[in-house]
Amino acid sequence: MAKKKVPALNASSMADISFLLLIFFLVTTSMDVSQGLARRLPAPVPPDQKVEDTDINKRNLFVVKINSMNQLLVQGQEMNIKQLREKAKEFIANPNDDPNLPKLYTENIEGLGEVTYTREHVISVQNDVDTQYQAYLDVQNELVAAYNELRNEYAQAKFHKPFVELDEEQQKLVQKVYPQKISEAEPKNYGGNK
Amino acid sequence: MAKIRRNEKKEMPALNTSSLPDIIFMLLFFFMTVTSMKEVSYKVRFTVPQATELTKMEKKSLVRYIYVGTPTDEFRKQYGAETRIQLDDAFAEVAEIENYIVNERSAMSESDQGQMTVSIKADANTRMGVIADIKQALRRAYALKINYAASQRTSY
Repeated sequence: MAKKKVPALNASSMADISFLLLIFFLVTTSMDVSQGLARRLPAPVPPDQKVEDTDINKRNLFVVKINSMNQLLVQGQEMNIKQLREKAKEFIANPNDDPNLPKLYTENIEGLGEVTYTREHVISVQNDVDTQYQAYLDVQNELVAAYNELRNEYAQAKFHKPFVELDEEQQKLVQKVYPQKISEAEPKNYGGNK
Repeated sequence: MAKIRRNEKKEMPALNTSSLPDIIFMLLFFFMTVTSMKEVSYKVRFTVPQATELTKMEKKSLVRYIYVGTPTDEFRKQYGAETRIQLDDAFAEVAEIENYIVNERSAMSESDQGQMTVSIKADANTRMGVIADIKQALRRAYALKINYAASQRTSY
């Protein structure tokens, strides 16, 4: 018996169908990568517990205030946002062992050896109710940038690599030397007549 | 021996398009994988602030968004021009955030719950009072990993 030949499937409309799907996905695609400034909020205070003012030595505290006109008051001085990063870096690292800047501790950290760093420093950001969001984020951004620069410098000196290229273990060590301590005060109303 | 053609009409050979679907499918799959379909329609208008120290958000399925801005034109009559908060597809009050976050979190698998990030997409001109209220609500809901959505600053 002669073998019956299977007729070839007509696939010419296949391209049309897949084109249709392609165009649909092309139109609905949004390629935006959402990015932003990652922060961590402090855990909530239980309502029955009174807010205690923890005693922080004055030299360990770096206060940044932003008023309703988006002006900065850093450690009691008026300041431009562009100067904040340098000032914050100086505060965090205290390279010259200034008695007015945070106390330096020398410690033996496994994997790094003897390290001198400011363990107890705290940066406090306080803002007004009427502060503009952009101004607030600028301050946050500069402070994070100060930490990032310090970590990078340290990683470069110690491991000869920028911070992001270090492995997880090394990043943890560097973070230990420069821990991010940005505290945000409970919201208050500064100098408002409301 | 060369054959001499005189008036024979030369027919164009049919173009072989059998691989065309394959190519299109390849493109199709590319776009299918990069597409993120769950995008809400904005009821508030906002331009996110600018910053330089940005990090990309890793897992989109673990991110919940809070939109803050002024209502768009079509909702202005109804809701006024004051700053409003949008959760998913609806306007919301600050008091509703806590519930929303708790609900969203309990819908996630247990291992993912600690990884949940809340991204605040707020307009650059928002007053900090609103943002502070949102932050307090997030703290109460124990959503401590947050992200201030921002765009890359190109110049000062």
